[in-house]
Amino acid sequence: MISARGVSKRFGRLQVLSSVDLDIVPGQVTAIVGPNASGKTTLNKIVLGLVKRDAGHVLFDGQPINGDAAYRSRIGYMPQIARFPENLCADDLVRMLTDLRGYGSRDEELIDALALGAVMRTPLRVLSGGTRQRINAALAFLFRPELLILDEPTAGLDPISSSLLKDKILREREAGRTLIVTSHVLSELEEMVDRVAFLLDGGIRFSGTKQELKQSTGERTLERAIAQLMRPVALDATALKVRAAS
Amino acid sequence: MLKIVRYELQNVLRSRYVIAYGLFFLLITETLLRLAGSSPRTLLSLLNVVVLLIPLVTIVFGTIYWHGTREFTELLLAQPVRRSTLFHGLFAGLVLPLSAAFAIGVTIPLALHRTIGPDSIGLLALMLVTGVALTGVFAALAVLIAGLVDDRLKGLGLALGVWLLLTLGYDAIMLGVTVWFADRPLEGPLLALTFANPVDLGRVLLVLRFDVAALMGYTGAVFQRQLGGLIGTLAALGGLAAWMIIPGLFALRAFKRNDY
Repeated sequence: MISARGVSKRFGRLQVLSSVDLDIVPGQVTAIVGPNASGKTTLNKIVLGLVKRDAGHVLFDGQPINGDAAYRSRIGYMPQIARFPENLCADDLVRMLTDLRGYGSRDEELIDALALGAVMRTPLRVLSGGTRQRINAALAFLFRPELLILDEPTAGLDPISSSLLKDKILREREAGRTLIVTSHVLSELEEMVDRVAFLLDGGIRFSGTKQELKQSTGERTLERAIAQLMRPVALDATALKVRAAS
Repeated sequence: MLKIVRYELQNVLRSRYVIAYGLFFLLITETLLRLAGSSPRTLLSLLNVVVLLIPLVTIVFGTIYWHGTREFTELLLAQPVRRSTLFHGLFAGLVLPLSAAFAIGVTIPLALHRTIGPDSIGLLALMLVTGVALTGVFAALAVLIAGLVDDRLKGLGLALGVWLLLTLGYDAIMLGVTVWFADRPLEGPLLALTFANPVDLGRVLLVLRFDVAALMGYTGAVFQRQLGGLIGTLAALGGLAAWMIIPGLFALRAFKRNDY
C-alpha cells in the first residue's frame, strides 16, 4: 500500500531519518517500533505530507506523494498528541471533517464505546487530556479509511479506554484493514501486529513479519526480540573491551 | 476553501478579542460623535485611530492567531485538503472577522445618530475601504512573520517592531529626509517613500478626500499636489493591494514548505 525508498529528513542539525526504505503491506498491521526520537512520528508524517522529506520518494498505491491531497481521504490519522481548535466542540469537528471527506458510511463505534456522547458538545479546550485523546481515536476511525495510522494510540488513555481501543484495532485487523501502529510499548503490540519495522537512529534495522523477527533472534516475545536486536552493538563493545584488557 | 473559512470563522468569532475590537470601534465612534457632533469631523478624528490602531491590532492579533491555528492546520493537513487552500481559508478567517468588527463598529453609531448624509457617505465608504485594506495588509505581514518565526514571543516582538517602524519610525525617517535635503526638490523621493509604507498610503488615501492634506503632514501635501483626485486614490489603493499580495505570497511559500 505504501512504499518508501531512500527517505531522508533533517531538522536543523539533527538527521532524523537517513535513507529509509519501508513497505506497508495491505491488509496487515505493521508496527513501527523504536526508542524515543528514532524517527517513528516523522516517518508517519512524511507519509501524510505533514512533513516534507529532503530526499527519496513515497508511493501510495503506486502513486507518488507530491503535494497533492486527494490520497489523504483514504487515510485515518491519530496523532500522538491531539491538538484541536480550542473554541470548537467535537460535534463541530465531526461535521467539519464530514464536510471535507464526504458523507460516506460512518463508523461511530468508538464514539459509543468510549462513551463520548456526553462530551460531543463541550468546547474542546475544557476537556481533559484523556478525553481529547479518546476523541482523537474516534475521529481516526470515523470515516472507515483504508489505511489507519495510529501514533502511540494508547499513550494518555486510561486502561479501560486503552483496551477498548486495542479491541477496535483487532476488529479492524480481522476486517482486513491496513494499519500502521507506532509505539515503544512493545508488550501491547504483541497481540495486535503482523509485521514489525524497527527504527533506530533514523534507519530501518529490521523489517519483516513478527514470526521472522522472533525466528531470527530466537526469542519468544516481541519485547525480547527487539532487545536482542539492540544488544549486538552493546555486546560488541564489551567484547572489544574484554579483549583489550586481556 | 469556503468550508474552511466557515469553520475557521466559527472558531474566531467565538474568541472574545474580535468582539472586543468591534465594541471598541463602536465606543470610540459614539464618543467622537457626542464630542464633535457632525459626522465629517467625527470621521476625520476617526482617521487617526484607523491608521494607527488597525495596523497595531491586526498585526498583533494576526501573529497570535497564526501561531494559534497550528492545531487547526495539523488537523486539516491530515485530511484531503491542499496546503494552498488551507492557507487562503485561514487568511480569510483572519481578515473577514477583523474587517467586519471594524466596519460594523464604526457604522452602527453613525447610522443611529442619522448623521450619514450625502456629503459624508463617500467619506464613510472610503474610510471603510481603507480600514479593510489596512487590515488585509497587516494581516499579510502578520502571517508572514508568524510563518517565518516559530517562536511565539519573538514573532510578537517582531510584529510590534514592524508596527513601530511603519507608524512612528517612518515619520521620523520622512522628517529626516526633508530636513537633510531641504534645499532640493523632494516631491519625487517623498512620493516613492510614501508608497514604501502602507500606513502612509492609508493615510494619504483618506487625506486626499478630506481635503485637509496640510494638516496631515508633509507627505499628504506632496501626494495631493502630485497625484490628487481619482488617480491618486487609485494609485494608493494599488499600492495597498501590492502591500497585501507580496508579503502574502511569501507567507504562502513558507506555509507550503513548513513541517507540521
